[in-house]
This record gives sequence, structure tokens and C-alpha cells, in this order.
Amino acid sequence: MLDLGNMMMKPALSTAKAIMGGSLLALVLTSPTLASDRPFNLGKIATAEEVAGWDIDVRPDGKGAPVGAGNAIDGEEVYVELCAGCHGDFGEAVDNWPVLVGGADTLDSHDPVKTTGSYWPYASTMYDYIYRAMPFGEAQSLSYDETYQIVAFLLYMNDIIEDDFELSNENIGLIEMPNRDGFMLPDPRPDAQPVSGEPCMTNCAVSTTIIGRARDIDVTPEEES
Amino acid sequence: MTKKGQQAGSLSRRSLLGGAAAIGTTAALKSAGALEANPANLPPNVSEWTPYLGAGVDANPYGVPSEFESHVVRRSVEWLTASTESSVNFTPLQDLEGFVTPNGLCFERHHGGVPEVNPVDYRLMINGLVDRELIFTLDDLKRFPQTNRFHFLECAANGGMEWRGAQLNGCQYTFGMVHNVQYTGVKLSDICREVGVKPDASWVMAEGGDSAGMNRSIPIEKILDDCMIAYAMNGEALRPEQGYPARLVVPGWEGNMWVKWIRRLEFGDMPYMAREETSKYTDLMADGKARMFTWVMDAKSVVTSPCPEKALMGKGTQLLRGLAWSGRGKIDRVDVSLDGGKNWQTAELHGPVLDKCLTRFTLPFEWNGEELLIQSRAMDETGYVQPTIGELQKVRGVNSIYHNNAIATWQVHADGSVDNVRLG
Repeated sequence: MLDLGNMMMKPALSTAKAIMGGSLLALVLTSPTLASDRPFNLGKIATAEEVAGWDIDVRPDGKGAPVGAGNAIDGEEVYVELCAGCHGDFGEAVDNWPVLVGGADTLDSHDPVKTTGSYWPYASTMYDYIYRAMPFGEAQSLSYDETYQIVAFLLYMNDIIEDDFELSNENIGLIEMPNRDGFMLPDPRPDAQPVSGEPCMTNCAVSTTIIGRARDIDVTPEEES
Repeated sequence: MTKKGQQAGSLSRRSLLGGAAAIGTTAALKSAGALEANPANLPPNVSEWTPYLGAGVDANPYGVPSEFESHVVRRSVEWLTASTESSVNFTPLQDLEGFVTPNGLCFERHHGGVPEVNPVDYRLMINGLVDRELIFTLDDLKRFPQTNRFHFLECAANGGMEWRGAQLNGCQYTFGMVHNVQYTGVKLSDICREVGVKPDASWVMAEGGDSAGMNRSIPIEKILDDCMIAYAMNGEALRPEQGYPARLVVPGWEGNMWVKWIRRLEFGDMPYMAREETSKYTDLMADGKARMFTWVMDAKSVVTSPCPEKALMGKGTQLLRGLAWSGRGKIDRVDVSLDGGKNWQTAELHGPVLDKCLTRFTLPFEWNGEELLIQSRAMDETGYVQPTIGELQKVRGVNSIYHNNAIATWQVHADGSVDNVRLG
């Protein structure tokens, strides 16, 4: 359902038309003068070393993945030490922290469980996020290999790879995630609009029966006296 | 007077906000009694603050609100999140007038806490598909041509707890993940000219310098159209919790994309599929498929008074207040119903009515103690009509979490107290 090539073009074009009619885009992108001159002469040229230190993102195709590798067997040890405190030994989660494992076949149920295995469409996102933001409060502290190991462990726990599979920068863009086709593009809104286009103003046929009250649910924080 | 005022205020807040069943329906009127004036301060007497000198200048070098307004604060719902560093609180819309949100009341949403960024050490890096990869200081950003714009910022999950029913009994908790300030900063189109965007660049990944490294992909058309890097809000430097010293502004689109403490923009030729645009901020439909890249915030409105926190304090002339906004443009019209949606009247819009900006509306009405079911319905300049929750559920189910812009219903009881209810 989700095609990467299609995705690159479709939302972009529809957005362009909806918002600006494409005129500004054409001006900026096609004018050789604007593209080559520095109108303000502000800022300094970034060195390759500076860019490398901050350019930590990994794309779905694996671009940006740093050289490294890891498997689930090694990953279990790292995971238990650094991740299990919040996410549980089996990715089942502690308290309100995110569940990471399981949830297959729940997305159309009353209680969908959205995990890396059941919901995330790309393995690259797991690397990107874990490296940049985890462990919580110790961002960007993992080694590249540790990050591959943790991702491999979670993929293994979700039955996506074998425990000895060496996940690396060479293959992270090739992992087939179960919910890869679970996303719809482009955005179909506006939706849920009145059939006539004009909203009803008088004697509208609506139910005014009260079927629920927040007061009865009783989860609203109470003010301290 | 001070003590009495504070006490009365807290009583009032507790009785009006509290979801506890123990609080009777007469609580609102009782607390209104506690707020009764001290006759010694009323004509013909000389009020107690009149004979004496008050505080001098510099009593508060950075001014603060009156102590009698101490209830006007951001509030959070503790059970919503696992930690305060990755959490959210809510703007007290019910206590505000006009369309500008005071900086200290703008709701907060952080994913890794609020970093303390020394502006001297701040840098914005631009890399990827550009002619020149550049690094800007804050001073560099302030030397670019300046733009000033009012815009609302709404979290895509605003109202997310209300998909299945009326759950939180407050305007603040159900609509308060929105704020509206004037941003001062640099158009990204100017920054794009400075770095020279390559023709094959179609997406930009914005990345924060916080502990979450918040990153989102934005199509380049939007970047060039009206996005900006803001360094000020409502005339002063950004507040730390709003991205100090610089944040991304993405007018009309979901708040998560407005990356705070922004440190980097990477130009590329495909979306980056970050966690916040795959695992989060995708809208799960009833069939198990999820909508992706649902960036625009559809038109929405809320009655901010009366509301569960703002009881009617007496019969007779009333002034209903509310706010409306749309990520697709200007608000065109707001209708208000007092009978649960059977009959509607058009409210007065208070200008300026701006693009992708909160718009204030009011409606005078008479109240004689009858039960009311108050609703508001916004329409924007594209003709979009704010839907009912039933209409939304019919299309999207109840698992979406995000983009609930449905009409809410406030039930006014005979004693003036107000409840968040669901009709069906």
C-alpha cells in the first residue's frame, strides 16, 4: 500500500498545489542565480567533521547508517542492562513505558498494541530513534555496535530475524517489517464533511441524549486545596 | 483580603474542576458565595487598598500576574505519561481572553525534558542536498531579514483522550494543547537561498538538540512556503520550554513538527520515517491501517466560557466566549448551539482574523436556569465544517488518538455548574 517512490512525490506535489501553487518553489529551485549566490553571507561553512558529528539520522533505505553490526544474542545482554528497566525483560514494558514486543494482529481490535514488531514500518527507524534518544536520559551514548545489537534483539523478539542474524549498516535498509504496508498515503482529509456542504442551522435532526459524562469516568485531576 | 481571596479562589477551582462524585451540584453556587465581596471595600466605604501606598517599581523586575489570578496555570494529567520529562501539560484556555496566549501559559510537550541551551553555544547546521553546508549562530539568524507572524500551535493529540467518550471534565484538559503567539524569526526560504538548495531536494528533516533529538520530515514546498526559524515569541526570547533559543514554526501543521531547540536541517530526496512520523503521529483507522503524514490541523473550536471550569454565576445576561482555528487558513464563521446541536446561531468573530491563527468569538445570551447543551462549530475559508464526534468516528473509528477536532458538548445544570458530556 505504501510505495516509497510514490510517497516521495505525491504528498509533496499535493502539498505544493494546496499551499502555494508551486510558484515560490519554482523560483527558488530553478533560478541559477539564487542557487549559487549567497544573498546574505551569513554563517560559516560546516566542515565534514562537524557534519559527521551531528548527522546521526538513518533513512529507510539505510542511508546514514554508520558502519557497525550486531546480533540478538549479544543484544540481549545490552538490552537487559540498558533497556529492560523501563521496557521489561521481554519488551512487555514496565508501568506506562512503551511496549516493544508483540501486538501482532491487534491493530484492528478494540485495544491495538503498537510495537516495533506490530506497527513500525522500518527497522531503520528503530536504529535512528534508539541511537538518538535512548537510553532515556542518556541520549547518543550507545556505540554503533550496541545500537545494532539492541535493534537485532528487538527484531528477534518480534520474530522478524533469527537470533544469530548479523544486523549491520549493509542490511538494515533491507529488513522487511510486518506492518510495512500498513500505512496509507496521501492524507485523505478533509473528511467527515456534511453531504450538502452547508451545515444545518435550525431544527437539525440530531440526538441530544447524554450517553456519557466525564464526571462519571472520574479520571480528571483534582485541584489541591 | 489576600488570604480570603486566595482561599475563595482555591475553593472555587476545586469545586468546579473536581471530578469527584462527592461534590454536589450546588457546589458551584456555594463557592460563588465564598467569592462574595467584602462590604467594607464597597461604596460608600473607602476600599482598604486606597489610603496606603502600594508596591513601588521593581517590586517585580519581571512582572507577574496578580495573586488573585494564581489559579491561571498550566496543568497536567499525571496518569497520561510515564515521566514528566516526556509528557504534556495544558493551556488554561478557560481563563484567557483575546487570541494571544501569554508565554508562561503556553502548553508544554517535551520528549526528553527542557534542555538548558546557552545562546552563545547555540548552532543551527544545514546539511545534505545543498550547495553549501552551513552553520549559523543565533546572532547570524538575527541578522537575516525578519518576519513576524501570529500562529496557533496545536498538538495533534489535543482531545485525543476524548475519542471514545467524554473522559476529562475540563476545557483545559480536553482542548488545552493549543497556544497562539506572535513569532519573530527568519523565513526558511531565506535560509534556503543562503545554502542553495539542490534541485533534487524534496524533503527536509528537522532535528532538535534536546535529549529526544526530536526529528521530523517536512516536504520542501512547506518549508519554502511559510516555515520559519523563530527566536522570539510575543516580543521576548522564546521560553526555554518552547525551544529557546530557536525553534521551527510550521504554520497550521501539527505541533510535533515545530521542532524546538532546533540544531539541524538536513535536505534529502525522501522522507526520513523518524519514530515520530511512523510509530507516533500516524492515525490508526478501524481496519488496522494507519494514515500517515496527516500534517494539517483541521478547523476546530471550543467554548471557553461557560465550560466545566467556568460555571454560570447567576441568571440573566451572559457572554459566551470561545476560540476557533484552522490549519487550512482563516476562520470564516463560528456557530453556537445551546440545545445540543438542534439549533444554531452565528457568533461574533473578533478581529483581526488571521491565517492559521486562533480567532476569538463571543455570543451574548440570556439564561434563566434551564439546562443547556452548549456546542460550537467552526468553518474555515476553504468551506471546511468542524464535524461531530459521531461523524469523525464513522470515518475513522476510535483508535486514531490524533486529530480529534470534533465538536464538544458542555452541559449547563440548573445551578450553573457545567459538565463535559457526550451526546448520542
